[in-house]
Amino acid sequence: MNDDHGRYQPLSYFQLMEVSLRELLVEKGILTEEQVHATVQDMRSRGAERGAAVVARAWVDPGFKARLLADGTKACQELGLDVPALRLIAVENTPAIHNMIVCTLCSCYPRMLLGLPPEWYKSRPYRSRAVREPRAVLAEFGLALPDHVQVRVHDSTADMRYVVLPMRPAGTDGWSEERLAGIVTRDCMIGVAVPRAAGAAPRP
Amino acid sequence: MNETVQPSFKPGDRVVVRKAWPLGHIRTPHYIRGQVGSIERLCGSFPMPEELAQQRSGLPAQPLYRVRFLQRDVWPDYRGGADDALEVEIFQHWLDPA
Repeated sequence: MNDDHGRYQPLSYFQLMEVSLRELLVEKGILTEEQVHATVQDMRSRGAERGAAVVARAWVDPGFKARLLADGTKACQELGLDVPALRLIAVENTPAIHNMIVCTLCSCYPRMLLGLPPEWYKSRPYRSRAVREPRAVLAEFGLALPDHVQVRVHDSTADMRYVVLPMRPAGTDGWSEERLAGIVTRDCMIGVAVPRAAGAAPRP
Repeated sequence: MNETVQPSFKPGDRVVVRKAWPLGHIRTPHYIRGQVGSIERLCGSFPMPEELAQQRSGLPAQPLYRVRFLQRDVWPDYRGGADDALEVEIFQHWLDPA
């Protein structure tokens, strides 16, 4: 996972703590190495598909969309996505409002819907600049928003988790839920990109 | 069981974030302390993070709000739309009426 190219690197403080804690838990019979490995594998293999399925459902089912915006956690339970720790707030992009998610304190992220956060989401530059100059950050992601669109940055500082409900792009009439989910990327749900119908002209 | 502090703010109320710098595990970002915003919604009540970090119960639970700030209020030299906003989760014990 790291860039040491096979060179010997001493363990960092937190790596050492992780190894010590893990070995203690195994030694005392609380966990097995297999369980730890399986959990890590499960977390690593998780992508943004679940989030994309939630967005696609909201696009095709106005009732579901209303419930999602009213109570994100409950709405996800309808789709069988039930994790007690997830208190979800869905924020809706409209022609007048663009939403973007950050956690300035650490890296709070709706992992259950989007998988592991990308490295940049946890980086200091993103975390500090997203609240300070969001439009410049969005422009670097290739998203230049006109001034009349209000930018709302959500700092995920405590117990809630956020997902952006992007706008359904033009040119997707009649698409199946599955096909719609295919254009909803992780970045769209963090709010640093917008979904585009393949082949359609890019929107401003 | 009365393990929850009653919410004292409602959506639309103007609030100011306490300008305090206690040590410990604080979920109120530095950049927003002392700023004035308005309550967007009540998120529910949750054990106090400062207390949880000390392995105490964190009870009674504190109401947690989403507070909306205008970017131009937070950053005087902000470049962007006048309505651009920042929404931050802040616990009630960090808020006073503005």
